[in-house]
Amino acid sequence: MAPQQRKPHVCRNPDLIRGVGKYSRSKMYHKRGLWAIKAKNGGAFPKHEKKVADAAPAVKPPKFYPADDVKKPLVNKRKARPTKLRASITPGTVLIILAGRFKGKRVVFLKQLTSGLLLVTGPFKINGVPLRRVNQSYVIATSTKVDISGVDAQKFDDKYFGKKVEKKKTKSEGEFFEAEKEEKNTLPQDKKDDQKSVDAALIKSIEAVPDLKSYLGARFSLKAGMKPHELVF
Amino acid sequence: MVKERQGERCRLYTRGTILGYKRSKSNQYPNTSLVQIENVNTKDEVSWYQGKKMAYVYKAKVKKNGSHYRCIWGKVTRPHGNTGIVRAKFKSNLPPKSMGSRVRVFMYPSNI
Repeated sequence: MAPQQRKPHVCRNPDLIRGVGKYSRSKMYHKRGLWAIKAKNGGAFPKHEKKVADAAPAVKPPKFYPADDVKKPLVNKRKARPTKLRASITPGTVLIILAGRFKGKRVVFLKQLTSGLLLVTGPFKINGVPLRRVNQSYVIATSTKVDISGVDAQKFDDKYFGKKVEKKKTKSEGEFFEAEKEEKNTLPQDKKDDQKSVDAALIKSIEAVPDLKSYLGARFSLKAGMKPHELVF
Repeated sequence: MVKERQGERCRLYTRGTILGYKRSKSNQYPNTSLVQIENVNTKDEVSWYQGKKMAYVYKAKVKKNGSHYRCIWGKVTRPHGNTGIVRAKFKSNLPPKSMGSRVRVFMYPSNI
């Protein structure tokens, strides 16, 4: 704001009731000091020359007018952002996966990807869960945290997990039947190395905490008498 | 539904019983079913379960997608009354033979 200290301006003509001011027109004229401005200017209210606007460039009339009015699309100011991460989920939190192949497994959270999915790892040696993406809604966050400072998860993003696009090869009839057999889904070695490097640092910090390794290796299950709405995770 | 190890039970759902359809004395409205979730006995306890997915699992003679088991998915919509009964809507209305049988109330979409 302005560097000089300005007192908030009080209304010159306070309302007696709504619509009725305290001061009459002639009193307000005096209060506003119009008489002083006129006196300074020699009897008449100071006039300013109107600024001449630059002449707009001559617009040629369009050749074609559409028969019906063309609708303009509505303005869309929506920004795509990743889903809001729950406060209970921070890097290093142990999560319980609720559905899918690894349901019940306790897993370490690494980071949230730009798609909103959570990047998670078993670690693989402990419970068989590889580097994987998981949706936030299918996960329960526990209060257990693992020290994740030694892990570098920078290089992992959604493209890393995308399906590999293979070039289509034209096949002759003889090759057709052979090629079908050759397609194998082996995991490429660099993915295995990534898993090992991420897990190496994690396993060290996990083994530093007593029982954490067996905790992560065990599956979560509801037992008789357990009430999920009363459980504190 | 593959059992990876024999004997490792992993139940991640709460059991529920299908009581019937939403109804008045002589009219019933089959688009909403009433479900009794185990160990839920008051209206306040139901708020945890609101929105959670449920599955009614049943068997059929003809194999579909390689399995004799079939499933109707649904979700908990709101409490029904004061004692923990819950209203649920399913993708397609539950068949009347489901009354009295088991429903699985999962813990997802989770908010914890």
